[in-house]
Amino acid sequence: MKKSMSFMTMLCVLATLSIALCGCAGGKTNASSQIVVGIAQDLEDSLDPHKAVAAGTKEILFNVFEGLLKPDADGNIVPAVAESYEVSGDGLSYHFILRSNVKFHNGNPVTADDVKYSLEKIAGKMGDSPMIPAYSLIDSVEVLSPSEVCVHLSSADADFPSYLAMVNAAIIPADNKNPDTNAIGTGPYMYVSRSIQENLVLRKFDDYWGEKAHIENVTLRIVPNDDTVVMNLRGGSIDMYARLTSDQVAQLTDEYDVLEGTMNLVQALYFNNDCVPLDDVRVRQAICYALNRQNILDMTSEGKGTIIGSSMFPSFGKYYVPELADYYPNDVEKAKELLKEAGYDDGFDLEIVVPSNYPPHIKTAEVMVEQLKAVNIRAKIKLVEWNSWLSDVYTGRNYQSTVIGVDASYLTARALLERFNSKADNNFINFKSSEYDGLYETIINMQDSDEKTEYIKKMETILTEEAANAYIQDMAEFVALNKKYAGYTFYPLYVQDFSKLYIVE
Amino acid sequence: MMNGETMRYVLRKFCTMLITLLIVSFCVFLAFSVIPGDPATQMLGTNATTAQLEALREQLGLNRPLVIRYLEWVSGIFTGNFGNSYLYNVSVSSMLKDKLPITLVLTGMSFLFIVMISIPLGVLSAKYYDRPWIRTFQFMNRLLMAIPPFFIGILLTLFLGLILRLFTPGGFVSYKVDLFSFLGYMIVPSIAVAIPKSAMTIQMLKASVLSESKLDYVRTAYSRGNSTDQVLYKHVLRNALIPIVTFLGMTLSDIVAGSIVIEQVFSIPGFGRLLIASISGRDYPVAESIIFIIAVVVMLINFLVDILYRFIDPRVEKA
Repeated sequence: MKKSMSFMTMLCVLATLSIALCGCAGGKTNASSQIVVGIAQDLEDSLDPHKAVAAGTKEILFNVFEGLLKPDADGNIVPAVAESYEVSGDGLSYHFILRSNVKFHNGNPVTADDVKYSLEKIAGKMGDSPMIPAYSLIDSVEVLSPSEVCVHLSSADADFPSYLAMVNAAIIPADNKNPDTNAIGTGPYMYVSRSIQENLVLRKFDDYWGEKAHIENVTLRIVPNDDTVVMNLRGGSIDMYARLTSDQVAQLTDEYDVLEGTMNLVQALYFNNDCVPLDDVRVRQAICYALNRQNILDMTSEGKGTIIGSSMFPSFGKYYVPELADYYPNDVEKAKELLKEAGYDDGFDLEIVVPSNYPPHIKTAEVMVEQLKAVNIRAKIKLVEWNSWLSDVYTGRNYQSTVIGVDASYLTARALLERFNSKADNNFINFKSSEYDGLYETIINMQDSDEKTEYIKKMETILTEEAANAYIQDMAEFVALNKKYAGYTFYPLYVQDFSKLYIVE
Repeated sequence: MMNGETMRYVLRKFCTMLITLLIVSFCVFLAFSVIPGDPATQMLGTNATTAQLEALREQLGLNRPLVIRYLEWVSGIFTGNFGNSYLYNVSVSSMLKDKLPITLVLTGMSFLFIVMISIPLGVLSAKYYDRPWIRTFQFMNRLLMAIPPFFIGILLTLFLGLILRLFTPGGFVSYKVDLFSFLGYMIVPSIAVAIPKSAMTIQMLKASVLSESKLDYVRTAYSRGNSTDQVLYKHVLRNALIPIVTFLGMTLSDIVAGSIVIEQVFSIPGFGRLLIASISGRDYPVAESIIFIIAVVVMLINFLVDILYRFIDPRVEKA
């Protein structure tokens, strides 16, 4: 018995110890000037902004790096490292005057040479092929004085300033030997450290040229499991999490503010316009009529979200055509009629491919399957892993239809529309319209004008009339923020700006 | 003890292990070339164009034949070079070195819990097997055996984390930052791993002790005037533990592989977390290295258990 007693004693000691230790782990660091932000994925990228591709990486690097220009929260392109710029009459050269007080995080001032180095690097003049094809427009970069730079383009492109406002065009120091691991930029936050699959630590940059950040330390903690996000928020290991689903929001307590914005992406049932029977415009239109989009919103996100009718969302203001949202009202009879005309009165089988890591798209597809039954379309969902989706659906174009959200890779209306020109390499829906192609060619070199706006609206209308895709919504985005903090700002693009967050006294 | 026969046995086991490892490594390599997608599609995402994909594949060396890439990788392992991560652009060895202690602690701690919980409880349930409270315990025990660790993990998070507030869900602290908090955080995940495994071990031990007590030598021991406890601890337990050692050995390799799931539930950035991320990111060098290491560890444990078993129980020699 003596021996078993000692076992029991050990057990008791251990249990006490566990609880004591647990208590230690629970001790939250005093949130005097720090915030822990949960993110769904690690920045599975090099830290070199010129190589960043994943949206999740770019939205974070936005705080560390800046280009000559940058986007603001209203969707305007404003000067950043540059103070001002002028475009030549032919649109072929851009003359930038640099701000005098911009410093890198290592303390060195930004010079025209750093600008030349950075722009030549992204243009592929240093060996690597340019990450963003648009940067190959840069023909040469001329240093006029330590604070003046002239960028010469090989052909004119009115959207060039918006390309420069992307984090991929960030200005980085020419003398940084290891941009992959040593991130030095000019943004309001500086990079401190990273631990792979664990966290990334940022600290406020005191010498920032513009409005300085409010919170001293920002830790981005990776929360790999969707199901634990709410528990982590409630347990206090993270203070903020963006892009929650409405289900997750419902489980939050009132310690959190839930802010609602829009995702700024076009969620639709994307059709492979080349594949039978979706190559018939009547079939595509029938599907549009068969879908009840308000019902989809009600079923998937408690009615939150904005119904849209083309590849454009409301944040783009003057380019957005609100009438298109009602172009295909839910009308089962009309849908059946169109299917009959097209010779499918018995319906057909439809496969909807959905990436399994996006629950909102899966839910949308599930509702669609039910709605399509009314017109005898026998839809079924095929869940695939994200990488399979990229290779089979997106680049391989080997699919019938898919539910996904497409965003604008840079801040212009054209970014949403260019992929549907028949020559575009990323036209994954195989859309073909000579009228559309013609309009696209026309707007490339056009400066902003009413005429250009009209052309862009016309392009959107073509997509709707041709039922290129069954457009659903610009999804609602929910951000949970601990009530200790405020100042979260939504941007019309995929960005999280930590510099505007502050602590509520 | 180490006679010629034993040496031959060890050698034979060792050779089998090497061959198995080679097969495993090749299967892993093959699997990645069969599943759709590659690092290039992952890295470029929806910005990809065919030309860019090709350029990136060329740059990463993905266009070379499978056999050449495989041989390069295998020869790299022998020189201790696991290559570079495609995604992070840092060496795989440095990534693994960072994450190894985390998974080791999780495994070690879980194992410790299993041993400390199951051996006393197993002996107790054998000793008092006909008491009503032990029967109730046995019923609970069977229930726990059937619950997978990740679910226990979620329950523990809910109960200890959100209701009792003894532990911060997702509040992992790296061992580099604060060793004490790190160990503290690992307790709950370790318990989640340990509970179902302990339940099984308790059952095994109870059955083993009971069947051992029916043997003749036990009666002899009693007839010599030993007390129940003396018989139990001096004679029965020693023999009853032999099958348990094998079982614990298998459990250990199970925990190593099973940590993948539990790391996901508790947001622990160990081997398992890295493995899942590298598979979905098609970061071949990282994923292959981790699978290879897990395979090595599992085989090594089995190998050691085999050898150990031989030493504890000399009857194995005759087989």
